[in-house]
Amino acid sequence: MQINSMIQNKTLYISLTGELDEYTAAYCRNELDNAFNIIGYNQIVLDLSKLTFMDSTGIGMLIGRYKKVRQLKKQIYISNPNNQIEKIFKMSGLYEIMPKIS
Amino acid sequence: MKEENQMILKFKALSENEGFARICVSAFLASYNPTIDELGDIKTAVSEAVTNCVVHAYPNQKGDITINVNVLNNQVYISVEDYGCGIEDVDKAKQPFYTSKPDKERSGMGFTVMEGFMDKVNIISILGQGTKVEMYKYIGECAKVAFGG
Repeated sequence: MQINSMIQNKTLYISLTGELDEYTAAYCRNELDNAFNIIGYNQIVLDLSKLTFMDSTGIGMLIGRYKKVRQLKKQIYISNPNNQIEKIFKMSGLYEIMPKIS
Repeated sequence: MKEENQMILKFKALSENEGFARICVSAFLASYNPTIDELGDIKTAVSEAVTNCVVHAYPNQKGDITINVNVLNNQVYISVEDYGCGIEDVDKAKQPFYTSKPDKERSGMGFTVMEGFMDKVNIISILGQGTKVEMYKYIGECAKVAFGG
C-alpha cells in the first residue's frame, strides 16, 4: 500500500496504490490522518484508480476517515474506483457520505 | 463431465496472509475461465471470511485457518474454517452493519458482502470450537448457458 498526496487548486488529492484490507488498513488510516493535517485545502479527493483491491475493512476505515474530515469541516469525495470496489461502495451506501466524482 | 477438482490451504490467522489466501483461491480457479467480475467477487468474499477469522476467531493465541475449494462443472464451493471461539449469535452477526467491535472502525459488512458476491452462503459455528463459512458460486458465463445455471 502506497499513499501519495498533493494540493492543487485548494483540493487535497490523495492517491491510494495497492490493496486495502485488514493487513494494510492501519497503515492507510495513519497516512490519511497525517495527510489531512496539511493546511491549505478545503476539500479532499481520494483517487482510487491504482487501488486494485478493497474489502469491507476498507469501508470501516473510510467511514472513520469521514468522521475525522467532518470534524475538520471539509468534504471528501471518491474518484475512479474499479468495478469491484464500486460494488462494495454501493452495497454499503458509502457514496451517501463520500460522493463519487469523475 | 470433468472430474471434480479440489484444493486445501492451511495457514495461520494473521492479516498478512489475507492477500496470499485471495491469490491462491483465484489462481486455482483461473483454469475454469471465470469472468474478471466473478473472480473479483470470489476474491472479495474469501477476503471477508478470512478477515473474520483473523479479527474475531482467536482473541488470544492465533490459530489456523483452513480453506477448502472444490470445483465441479463450474460450480465452485469454498469453505473458510477456523478452530477458534465461535460466534455467539450467527443471525446477529449476519445483520448488515452489526459489529461486535464498534470502537475499532469496523463496518460490520463482512457477511453482507459474502452474501452479495456469492450465490449462497452458510455459516456453521460452535462456541469454543470454531466457525465454518461455506460459499457457493457458479463461474464462467458459458457454463451458465451450457448447464442452465
